[in-house]
Amino acid sequence: MGAHRNLTRSYADELRLFGTPAAKVGLGLLVAVFLLLPTVVHDDFWLSVLIYVGITAVGAIGLNLLTGYCGQISLGHAFFIGSGAYVAAQVGGALELPLPVWLLGAALAGAVLGGLVGPFTLRLRGHYLAIVTLGLVFIGEHLWRNLTPITGGNSGTAVQASPAIGPVDFDGLTLLGESYSRNQGWFWLVWGLVAIVALLAKNLVRTRPGRALQAVRDRDQAAEVIGVRAGRYKIGAFMLSSAIASAAGALFGSYQQFVSPDEWNLLLSIQYIAIVIVGGLGTIFGSVLGAVFVGALPALIDRYSDAIPGVRTSVGGDGFISVFALNQALFGVLIVLFLVLEPRGLAGIWLRVKTYFKTWPFSY
Amino acid sequence: MTAFLQNCFAGLSLGSTYALVALGFVVIYKSTGVINFAQGGLLALGAYLGFTFSNNLAVAFGVAVLLSLVSAAVVGATFERIVLRRMVGQPPFAVIMITIGLLFVLEPLITAIWGFDQKQVNNPWNIRTIEVGSLVLGVRDLWTIGLTALAVAAFFVFFRFSSLGLAMRVTAFDPEAALAQGISARRVYAVSWAIAAALAALAGILMAAGPGGLSPSIGFIALAAFPAMILGGMDSPGGAVLGGLIIGLAEALTRGYQDELFSWAGDNVSVIIPYLLMILILLIRPYGLLGTKEVRRV
Repeated sequence: MGAHRNLTRSYADELRLFGTPAAKVGLGLLVAVFLLLPTVVHDDFWLSVLIYVGITAVGAIGLNLLTGYCGQISLGHAFFIGSGAYVAAQVGGALELPLPVWLLGAALAGAVLGGLVGPFTLRLRGHYLAIVTLGLVFIGEHLWRNLTPITGGNSGTAVQASPAIGPVDFDGLTLLGESYSRNQGWFWLVWGLVAIVALLAKNLVRTRPGRALQAVRDRDQAAEVIGVRAGRYKIGAFMLSSAIASAAGALFGSYQQFVSPDEWNLLLSIQYIAIVIVGGLGTIFGSVLGAVFVGALPALIDRYSDAIPGVRTSVGGDGFISVFALNQALFGVLIVLFLVLEPRGLAGIWLRVKTYFKTWPFSY
Repeated sequence: MTAFLQNCFAGLSLGSTYALVALGFVVIYKSTGVINFAQGGLLALGAYLGFTFSNNLAVAFGVAVLLSLVSAAVVGATFERIVLRRMVGQPPFAVIMITIGLLFVLEPLITAIWGFDQKQVNNPWNIRTIEVGSLVLGVRDLWTIGLTALAVAAFFVFFRFSSLGLAMRVTAFDPEAALAQGISARRVYAVSWAIAAALAALAGILMAAGPGGLSPSIGFIALAAFPAMILGGMDSPGGAVLGGLIIGLAEALTRGYQDELFSWAGDNVSVIIPYLLMILILLIRPYGLLGTKEVRRV
């Protein structure tokens, strides 16, 4: 029995990754866009925005696994992102090891750090956990400012992790006699990784551990009663989420080639939470949508700030509000509006639109 | 010894502001079950309103304080009415994020209105000090401690003896039973937010009247008041005050002995002391010093 356009006929249909023909066509289109986009768009600004969005999407998928699927609030995502960047600086830069090593090394370091923090989730729930992870951001910031040999202290450190896998160097890609710019190479690297992480996450959440995570989220005591080891899954979710966050941080550091402690602040954590909420809690696709929407916003505002009335583009310039403040306020407004009006986020809107066409002409 | 007492005094003054903010957290948490991350924004708003009344409108300082408390209370109640009321019954995550969202709207608004530059609030105390034995006590610090004691006492009298205070305690204990007894939960929620905002505003204006002056980063102090609330126990007003004082003392003492004892831990260890202390306490007592132990039944 093949998959049907809008009918689930067996349990296997439910578990399918890309069940419907429409999803397959969509997937094909996405792959085509992924392969062709950098050859069409050469503009460094747009490519760099897309690269940052991709890196953010990786980190957001990690946070969504923890918050959206396992229901654990974490304001400490910035801490793990930061630690990943420093691992990249050490393993990829100082030791000059190749991309797979520093990327996996960062993920491993993130998992270890997450494993250290994870046990708190066993004793603390909801609000208490939110505030402990808030403390993590501040303790982390203190560490980054004072572990000068590793982080360069307040003045920051260069990250010379080279994005090369064997002979393929994404910094200066040469394929079939055609050479590509750094941004083009990075686009393929980052969005390829987004696809891999998204696929892994999707596979995780549709199988046994994913169902266990959701059971823990919905009611951890009840989950425990029916035989889910809630504690183990909570710590596991924490480790996995921080491992992914660390990998995203390593990519971020390596792309930017320089990081300073000012970057891993509460605002970054909140930005990730905003992405997860705006995209849709508990959907992998939503994390990517949210990253595109929220992650691209600051860059666009920065670029077109001259055209937005009331925005001050330089210190002491005219205008009501600075670019930075406008970004912050927008995050706030987005979080509030989405939670109040559309708690399921962009993914929820997408689902509604899809359902409308599926059930047409009986669209209610 | 003098240095120790001097540090303790600084700690009590700092702890008083923490206590005020933490008490605000507890009031809201107890009656509505929400942790209000926007408290820092309300604190900054109160301080800037006090600045405007005192400096731009040239009102007497005491009156300016009262005016800013009232206006902050109105803003707090408005937040509750417009945004938080829609979120009743939603999971804690969503509600926390709503208050963070409010904070992120409030902060840029404040900088947009008042700017980033340092402001000096007209206040009657300036940097005057009095000497007691070998101790040099700032008049502002004495007023901070005194006014905090007064505000806390007023709150406890209100909470314990007034009918509205009783309504708040009942609603905190069992909202449905309270509704069944004809208590207006809406009024209780609005009053809780108003009280919390007023407490935060008082803390803000007392901070701003100090030698540090007033800048947008003043809302930061509310973040350090979180550990105070957690330390004392999230649902215990007495715990909030106790936690505030402990955190304030610990921070001031760390700062005082930074060079002698904590130089190995890097600069400004005092900033993260509240969080370290909080984590330590939580490992031993996961519900804080005076908080109610959560009973989990299957």
